[in-house]
Order: sequence, then structure tokens, then C-alpha cells
Amino acid sequence: MAVKSLADLKKMSSEFKNTVSLRENGDNVDSLIQIKVAMATCGIASGAKEVMDFYLEELDKQGIKAVVTQTGCMGYCYAEPTIEVKLPGKDPIVFGHVNVEKASEILEKYIKNGELVEGIIPVNYETVK
Amino acid sequence: MTHYRFHILCCGGTGCKASNSAGIVRKFEAVLKEKNINDVQVITTGCFGFCEKGPIVKILPDNTFYVQVKEDDVENIVNEHIIKGRKVERLLYTDPKSEGHVSDSKHMGFYKKQMRIALRNCGFINPEDIREYIAREGYAALGKVLTEMTPEAAIDEMTKSGLRGRGGAGFPTGLKWGFARKSVADQKYVVCNADEGDPGAFMDRSILEGDPHSVIEAMAICGYCIGATKGLVYIRAEYPLAIKRLQIAIDQAREYGLLGKDILGTGFEFDIELRYGAGAFVCGEETALIHSMEGQRGEPTVKPPFPAVKGYMGKPTNVNNVETFANVPVIYLKGADWFNKIGTEKSKGTKVFALAGKINNVGLIEVPMGTTLREIIYEIGGGIKGGKKFKAVQTGGPSGGCLTEKDLDTPVDYESLAAAKSIMGSGGMIVMDEDNCMVAIAKFYLDFTVDESCGKCTPCRVGNKRMNEILDKIIKGNGTMEDIELLKNLATVIQDTALCGLGQTAPNPVLSTLNNFYDEYVAHVKDKKCPAGQCKDLLSYVINPDKCMGCTACARKCPVAAITGTVKQPHKIDQAKCIKCGTCLDTCKFGAISKQ
Ligand SMILES: Cc1cc2nc3c(=O)[nH]c(=O)nc-3n(C[C@H](O)[C@H](O)[C@H](O)COP(=O)(O)O)c2cc1C
Ligand code: SF4
Ligand code: SF4
Ligand code: SF4
Ligand code: FES
Repeated sequence: MAVKSLADLKKMSSEFKNTVSLRENGDNVDSLIQIKVAMATCGIASGAKEVMDFYLEELDKQGIKAVVTQTGCMGYCYAEPTIEVKLPGKDPIVFGHVNVEKASEILEKYIKNGELVEGIIPVNYETVK
Repeated sequence: MTHYRFHILCCGGTGCKASNSAGIVRKFEAVLKEKNINDVQVITTGCFGFCEKGPIVKILPDNTFYVQVKEDDVENIVNEHIIKGRKVERLLYTDPKSEGHVSDSKHMGFYKKQMRIALRNCGFINPEDIREYIAREGYAALGKVLTEMTPEAAIDEMTKSGLRGRGGAGFPTGLKWGFARKSVADQKYVVCNADEGDPGAFMDRSILEGDPHSVIEAMAICGYCIGATKGLVYIRAEYPLAIKRLQIAIDQAREYGLLGKDILGTGFEFDIELRYGAGAFVCGEETALIHSMEGQRGEPTVKPPFPAVKGYMGKPTNVNNVETFANVPVIYLKGADWFNKIGTEKSKGTKVFALAGKINNVGLIEVPMGTTLREIIYEIGGGIKGGKKFKAVQTGGPSGGCLTEKDLDTPVDYESLAAAKSIMGSGGMIVMDEDNCMVAIAKFYLDFTVDESCGKCTPCRVGNKRMNEILDKIIKGNGTMEDIELLKNLATVIQDTALCGLGQTAPNPVLSTLNNFYDEYVAHVKDKKCPAGQCKDLLSYVINPDKCMGCTACARKCPVAAITGTVKQPHKIDQAKCIKCGTCLDTCKFGAISKQ
């Protein structure tokens, strides 16, 4: 395991990075993209877990720094699975009927380019804690 | 590779361990396994600083901060938070002012004003896993210094950063390293002072428990700068967890080739050993510490010669405090110019304090220099417990002084605290409220220093003892006004003539309380009263016959049967029998009993 040079050390550091990156991102939430997946019973039944897993993997693959958390029921059970996306400095937006395909569209269009996509639920609630 | 949804951080600091955090970790692992959840990781970390409300469990990435968690709560957290995404409200921290639950650590007043440099990894990484430290750019500063900087340039950078010793005296670290570099010798030593004798302080312990590698890395950097290949950590044997974590960290660093010969292929050699202290306060003084490591009596000797010239085994030795070292790696990573923009003109960076006493949020905090006492006490500390009135705050422990209401806007830095007639010290900060008697506080500290005096020189051995006897006399109600004058004179003589810092500074708490609370001394002496109602010999419990309903409750509770009376008739306390335990006062429902 010996680290033989500074280059070795740097390589090792980036290899180990993902052991702490989830914590580091959580520490800097305000400056990062935040995605909240509603994972109450209604959400899980309608595939929220797959959406969450999709984001965890895809964001990591594409090297996009984001914080993916799950929340309880957001109160839009008719539109489950729902997700809330908050880009830094912007108001949160809630999307309904999100399956993996939709999740991918939201990622490519809204998260990466700020383009709006269909399926936005107008919100007038206080952000769920 | 697993993509974790959650990291569950469980505090494994001394405080939380004492309340079964290890059991909580095991329970989390068992419950997660049982429910077949494998995308959640459980990590044991160092102290979060919020020990009083421990055990702490923090969930990331959403920063949920659960306090006073019990093994029985684990299942609930997994079911609600991990599976359903709902926070377990009842375990959230309750704000003392609004009395509402706080959803995450980002919204806790305790953390808002803090800035974590020395504590950057405490409560964040697993201190027993070098990989997590390396993932946080650990040992990169050592790598940078070894490959890109000459020792002289590295010392210059340290000087430019403005870092000053956190062990108490605040001596510029870069200058100290420069002295040790200039001394010529075949062998030099880097010593880390982890004696931490200040009563109630646990800054250094928490750093060693929570982030031992930062100290190891810094010692190696210091070794390169001054030309030493050997490092020693002098740590008190009363810190078993810190010792264990430090030893694990040293072993891992050796295994990774980050200690030992030819570090990072640069030819630089450095290794570290531990030396155990028996926990004597005076052994934290650097010359006494060195003698103790040499196997001699832990007594101070006159400086010069300074350790940088003639230290351990007669060789040039650089002694720095744990917290001083913990700042070092970050300074090289982010640069002196980053560091010297934090803080005030002459005090750079941050300071860690152990906040204690009559305050809502007792704990370990780190704030930028220049933060005011008011911000620390009212915003981070959440104000005085039980809505009582603030009276004073002691900084600098037994060597320091007390600061009062008028000083609350004093920025915390070396110069401002000295100007307000206290000191920065090593980081003890004890808050007192209206129920604390300041004469008793002075006696508390003097009791400590008298106990800890090594007895080598007369001013300290005899002088401080005499002062302590006078305080005792005053507290018992036998003091005279001449005694107060005598206290002042003795204090000045001791300050001027004692051999080491322990004796020289021992009178400080007395002088400081005399200065700020002279009336309280006079009340003890002239009126034979303790205004705060703390000194037992000067107070009596009395029953107001007009208010007493004769319910007999107090008489039944009094442990020494000092209260007599018949049912429905006013009761009476026999002062000769009363031991002043206060039970009757708490018992009476009619407010008939008072303390006078
Ligand atoms: C009585 C006495 C006790 C001391 N105790 C400690 C201690 O526990 N820890 C510490 O780091 N420094 C302590 N010091 C200060 C040390 O002598 C020394 O100044 C310090 O370790 C230097 O490190 P620094 O420059 O990094 O602060 C004490 C000094 C005196 C006079
Ligand atoms: S001042 Fe006190 S502790 Fe210091 S050398 Fe003298 S007797 Fe010992
Ligand atoms: S203070 Fe204690 S000992 Fe004295 S009268 Fe009350 S209960 Fe009895
Ligand atoms: S408890 Fe109060 S009211 Fe009752 S007997 Fe004692 S002093 Fe009187
Ligand atoms: S020991 Fe757990 S918060 Fe300090």
C-alpha cells in the first residue's frame, strides 16, 4: 500500500474521493444542485426508488456534483413519483409522474441546460423540511 | 460500485462513547442488514462538539442532526428517515429560544457562526481510516512542502500565515520553527504537547480523537522545516481513546509510507512515538514536559535556554500544541494568504473553545478570531441556561481572568482579551450566571493551582497556598478588609517571582475577580453575606411565619430534622442543626422559605 510519490498520493486521493464526496456535497448543499425524490409509500410503489438510483448513478457517471435526498410524501400522490429540483440560486421546481425516462429528460434539459420540460407541478407550499 | 444514498455518521468521541454510541453503530448495522438495505453506510466519526446532547447521529447528505439517540431509536430512524424519507421529529435538536425542532445542522445557531479549520475533519471522517483522510487531501500538504518548497521557504510561508501557538502563550509559530532550524545539532526533535491540563478543556483531545492524521502530517512538515527526523507526542494517560486513535493513525501512516524513511520518494525521513504523561498540569509547561519525557521529575526550569536551543536530551526541540499543529496542513494547502485573511490584524485564523458552564449549548466550538464574546455566548451558546442573568465568563482557565457584561463586545483575539485583563489561554471558556459567587470561583481555580503546584519554588508553593487560605477565611465569613489588601500584595509578589507560568499566573483569577467584583468581596467581609447565595457558611434558610401554612412537608424532607413545628402552625428552622442543603426551599409550595 505504500505511497511512493506525490503523484501516487494524488491518484489515491481521487480514488478514495467517493468515500467522502456524499458528505462533502451535503456540507455544501446551498451551492449545489439539489434533487429531492418523494419516497413515501405512494412514491416507492410507483417507482421512486428507481428514479433515485438513476440519479445517484448517472450524476456520478457524468461527474455532476449534486445532492440527492429523499423526502416524505409531498402531497401530490396523484402525480407520483414526484421530484423537486433546486438549482443553485433558483426556486425549487416540482416535477410529477417521473419515471426513469422522464428523470433522464429532466437531467439533460433542465438540470444541465436550464430548459424547462413538461410535467411541472405549480407549487404554493412551503418547502418540505 | 455501490452508490450510497445516505451516510449515517455516529459520533465516536469520548462524550458520546460514554453514552453508548458504539451500541448505536452496531444496531444500525444490524437493522440495515436485516432489512436488506445496502446503499446506506454507517461511519463512526470524532466529536461533533455537541457532546452534552450526545450521542449524536448525523445523516448526510441532508445534514439531519439527531441528538440524544438511544439504541431503541435506531429502528425508528431506519424505518422513517432511511426508508420513507421522513425525519424523526422527536430526535431533532430543539432550539432553546423558539423551542421548535431544527431540521438540520445548517439551521442550528450552534453551527452557523462557526468556522472549522482545526476541526475540519472532526465529526466528518472516520479517524481510524487513513483513506478518508487522504480523500480529504490529507498528506497533500506534506507532499507539497517536500517536493516544492525548501525548509526556509516553508518556514517563511508559516510566518506569513500569522499562525500563533494555540497552547496559551500565542507565540508566532513560524518564528519558533525558524529558531529551531537555526540551532545546529546532529539530532533535533518535534514535540507535540497533548498534555491539556486546563480543567474542563477538551479541545486537543477531540482533535486527536477526531482527526489524528492532521497532527501527524503537521509534525512531519515541522520536522522537514527544522531538520528533525524524530517526533514525540506527549499525551496524558487519561486520554485512552485519543491514544488508541493516534497509535492506529501512526501505524497506518507507516504502512502507507507516509512516516518512516524516504517519504513520498523524497529522501525525507520522519517517525513519531508516543510518550505518556501522568496528568500533572505543570507538565504541560514545555520545560517540565521535556524533563518528564526524559524520565526526570516534571518540574520546570528557567528559560533560557529555550527548547529550540537545548530541549529533549539536550537537543534542539520544537514544542507545539495539538491545535497549532492541526492548522498547519490547511495553511500549506490553501496558502498563507488565505489563512491570514481570516481573523483580526494580529490574531489570524480561528480558535477552538470548550464552552461550558451555565450556558444552553455546552460544547466544542471553533470560531474565527475576532468573533465577540456576545456572539459566542448568545448565538452559538444559545444564551444562559434557564433564562438566568449572565454574570461573567472565564477565559484562560486557572491562568486567566473573568470578563463581565461590559466586556461582552470584546472580539476574541490575543490582544483584545489581554486589553480586557484576561487571556486567550488554551481555549477553556466557562460561563457564569447570577448564582455563581465570584469569590468561590477564584477559590475554585486557586484550589486547582495549589494542588497542581510542583513545589519547586517558594512564591508558588507557599504564596499561593497563603492566598488560598485567605480566600477560605473570607468565604467562611472570617475575612477582614486587611485580608483583601494582603491578597492584592501577595498576588503581585507571586506574579513577579514565581519560576514558571503556573505560579506566575495562579493569582490572576483572584485579581481579576477583585477587579470586577470588589463589592462581592466586601459583602463577604463586612456584611458576612454572599450576594449570590452560594457560600454556605454565610447563608441561612429561614421560614417566614406569615407565609408558612404548617403543611409539614419541609420538616418531613429535611435530612437532619432541623425543622420543627406542629401541623397548621408556622414551622421553624434550627440554624445550629441546618446543613444548608436547600431541600426545604425546593419543597415548600407556599414560598415561605427563603435563603438569606
Ligand atoms: C503551567 C503551564 C501549563 C501548560 N499547559 C499546556 C498544555 O496543557 N498544552 C499546551 O499545548 N501548552 C501548555 N502550556 C504552554 C507550553 O509551555 C508551550 O508554550 C506550548 O506548548 C507551545 O506550543 P504553541 O506555541 O503551539 O502554543 C503550559 C504552560 C504552562 C506555564
Ligand atoms: S511556579 Fe509553581 S509550578 Fe512553577 S516551578 Fe514554581 S512551584 Fe513549580
Ligand atoms: S436547608 Fe436542608 S438541613 Fe437546612 S433546614 Fe432546609 S432541609 Fe433542613
Ligand atoms: S413546607 Fe412551607 S408551608 Fe409547609 S411547613 Fe414548611 S415552610 Fe411551612
Ligand atoms: S463526543 Fe459526541 S459530540 Fe462530542
